[in-house]
Amino acid sequence: MLTLEKINVSYGSIRALHGISLEVKKGEIVALIGANGAGKSTTLRTISGLLKPSNKDSRITFKDVQIQGMLPHKIVEMGLSHVPEGRRVFPEMSVYENLLMGAHSRKGKPGQADFDRVYHHFPRLKERIKQLAGTLSGGEQQMLAMGRALMARPDLLILDEPSMGLAPMLVEEIFHIIEDINVAGTTILLVEQNAHLALEISNRAYVLETGEIVLEGLAQDLATNEDIRKSYLGE
Amino acid sequence: MKKLLNNWIVQVLLFLSLLGLTAYGSQMINDIIPPYLLMIAFFIGINLIMALGLNLITGVTGQLSLGHAAFMSIGAYSSAIATVNFDLPFLLGVLIGGLIASVFGVIIGFPTLRLTGDYLAISTLGFAEIVRVQFTNMKITNGAIGFLGIEGSTTFPIVMTIAVLMICLMVWLENSRNGRAMLAIREDEVASSAVGINTTLYKIQAFAIGAFCAGVGGALFAHTTTFIQPTDFGFQKSVDILSIVVLGGLGSIPGTIIGAIVLTAAPEILRPLSNYRMIVYGLLLVVIMIFRPYGLMGGVNLRQAVRRAMMFPKKKQAGREE
Repeated sequence: MLTLEKINVSYGSIRALHGISLEVKKGEIVALIGANGAGKSTTLRTISGLLKPSNKDSRITFKDVQIQGMLPHKIVEMGLSHVPEGRRVFPEMSVYENLLMGAHSRKGKPGQADFDRVYHHFPRLKERIKQLAGTLSGGEQQMLAMGRALMARPDLLILDEPSMGLAPMLVEEIFHIIEDINVAGTTILLVEQNAHLALEISNRAYVLETGEIVLEGLAQDLATNEDIRKSYLGE
Repeated sequence: MKKLLNNWIVQVLLFLSLLGLTAYGSQMINDIIPPYLLMIAFFIGINLIMALGLNLITGVTGQLSLGHAAFMSIGAYSSAIATVNFDLPFLLGVLIGGLIASVFGVIIGFPTLRLTGDYLAISTLGFAEIVRVQFTNMKITNGAIGFLGIEGSTTFPIVMTIAVLMICLMVWLENSRNGRAMLAIREDEVASSAVGINTTLYKIQAFAIGAFCAGVGGALFAHTTTFIQPTDFGFQKSVDILSIVVLGGLGSIPGTIIGAIVLTAAPEILRPLSNYRMIVYGLLLVVIMIFRPYGLMGGVNLRQAVRRAMMFPKKKQAGREE
């Protein structure tokens, strides 16, 4: 569904990514794990068009179409939604309006079915429908950010650190919901610092270190890998 | 009742009758009140039209612009040239003023799109200075001497009707798909792109519509004072309009209306203080911003407030009786 080939990205003179190549197949959950500053978020931002690769031989293909260099809103229209790091809900808008904004890229008004789909995964959002998004708790904001992305009916959902700043109980809940969304037919690419949980729910994973992919494989293999256990699972 | 209000025919009828009422009412006022008060009312209307435009750019879309006077001057000069040099009818001149300002809004919008906040403010300020210097040195505008001989065609009903028209346009825009997208850009630009909003398109739209309002306001201004010169449209003018928007409450249409009334009338009401007038005026601004840091109507959702006022009094009374 999504392939990246030899992506380089630089912030000014600092190179953040060196030749990243990865693949996400239809129906999978793929995790991208690594330490702070490894380039995980940069990778996601490049996929969704917020950043541009610096080399010409790089290639990003989504549903067999080259999306590299396309504007972010065009990429969303193609069915790729990005839940940015730190949730980034629209604080002065109500939960309902936030969800409505999520459907902005689609022609015509979103139907009740779209809202119901979001409420099915996040019943708590339905209770808070009129509340301003800025007054929600961190976990609820994360749910809203994901719900907002679902409103675009994406085929591929990319999530940046969904567990950031959340209580352990909530993190578990969010991860269960991610699995549910995947079962309901959405492919997921996930960036996560909590490698343990990420490997638990994903099919495959890539390990990023200072802008390069150092390891890739099935999630359960990585979870038992000695180096990984030492470096990322704290054992 | 709600269903009836959602019918577009009813909406159009309401809109037309509102315009008719405004025209009729302002004609009555025009005949009754003394010329001095009428002049203040004129400028309230003109400032309101321009402030509504800036409210869309700065208040709703969140793009800080210090160059609103430039769009006003473009509207003023181009409408004056249209009516004086080309003998076009007054209202067509106003429209031309608005449209040309709008074109410049798009032109200034493009290169400055990558800038936000302070940087955008400085570059719009630069743009405004370029426009002012340009008008000072052009032959057709009669340079620093000023443009003379514009007919005083603006009437109070025209100002008020256009103001109400603009208010309706802004209210409609605020509740439209485009308006929500602009609001989302103010709230969080990265998140806006992530949900698929074409941020470039909507920023340019905001600049185009905002500049149109300023141009129309400038055109009305030119045909009120009958004489314009480049110094009328300096940095001070941009700041005046920005103050209206900020003091009223960024993004709030009722706030902009109140801001335009208060800030246009205040210098006149304070006139008896003679030399101390501007000191008190400045003090007033400071005091309002201390007590209402988000502006007079900032953070007030009028629709919710009205609903609350209509629904809760009974409950409150019941509580008091206990």
